[in-house]
Amino acid sequence: MDFRSSEPTVGPRSEDVLPETATAAVKVVIVGGFGVGKTTLVGSVSEIRPLTTEETMTQAGVGVDDTAGVERKSTTTVAMDFGRISINDELVLYLFGTPGQERFWFLWRGLFEGALGAVVLVDTRRLEVSFDVIGRLEERGVPFVVAVNSFPDAPEHPIEELRGALDLPASVPIVACDARSRASSRDVLMALMRYLQSLAATTEAS
Amino acid sequence: MTQPGPGQAWDEGGPERLYVITGGRSGSSAPTALDLVTLIVATSGPGPGMQPEQAAIVRLCQRPLSVAEISAYLGLPVSVVTVLLSDLLADQRVTSRPPVPPAKLPDIALIEAVIDGLQKL
Repeated sequence: MDFRSSEPTVGPRSEDVLPETATAAVKVVIVGGFGVGKTTLVGSVSEIRPLTTEETMTQAGVGVDDTAGVERKSTTTVAMDFGRISINDELVLYLFGTPGQERFWFLWRGLFEGALGAVVLVDTRRLEVSFDVIGRLEERGVPFVVAVNSFPDAPEHPIEELRGALDLPASVPIVACDARSRASSRDVLMALMRYLQSLAATTEAS
Repeated sequence: MTQPGPGQAWDEGGPERLYVITGGRSGSSAPTALDLVTLIVATSGPGPGMQPEQAAIVRLCQRPLSVAEISAYLGLPVSVVTVLLSDLLADQRVTSRPPVPPAKLPDIALIEAVIDGLQKL
């Protein structure tokens, strides 16, 4: 891969520039296996064309990454696609799509710290990929909703059957979605926000 | 002219180049806590003698831009961008607008603001 650091002309298109009044940002992480539609979902709701940020893993990664059997120094670049939604003149919401493997989470220091919550995007053809992700989010105390991306050839599962298969508590919302649709992807984010709202209300009441 | 031997060819994208850009420092030693969504705003235009990568950041950040976007537009890893930003912050070439602090989450007013925003999509 190449780094284009010295090109002076790179930057957002004029319509993608944030207003001077933008003072704070929040983030939501979209987690899912390879090919589940994370970038599609991000692209559907993002006001900018999804961008790619990257991180490199060199020897510094030893200890957090499983490099057993790797003897010579190597560099791995991993990429993460993200998009943006301006909530109002001051607040900006960023959406990061990240692979489900935990080694990526270590690499992206602080990805989940300060995140409002997460969306676990599930492909019912490969449900097993989601088990680990859900377990890790629960360990980290990251609130999440599960969104089932509908693929034409995917088996139809009633929501409650999926809840059982994923061993999800009754309180965690599961929604069906079509990641290609802006309205459907927006509704997934809305489901997460409603869930966070209910969590916050419970916290305040207790 | 001496040809570089196997494995000695200059690799534009290799870790050595990134090492040079950051003066040998890695993101972990950066003194400033920068989130992927910390917004960065330049205080002025690029100055003379500024490192090209830092000048590029200052040019990009004439309006607020997140750390993740800076990384994406410059094609540089986040850890490298973080080191460059730490220097720019120390020199007061840029200012940072930190994300909403996690301690305040979940904050009902914030969640409601996001819901309002999403409803307008």
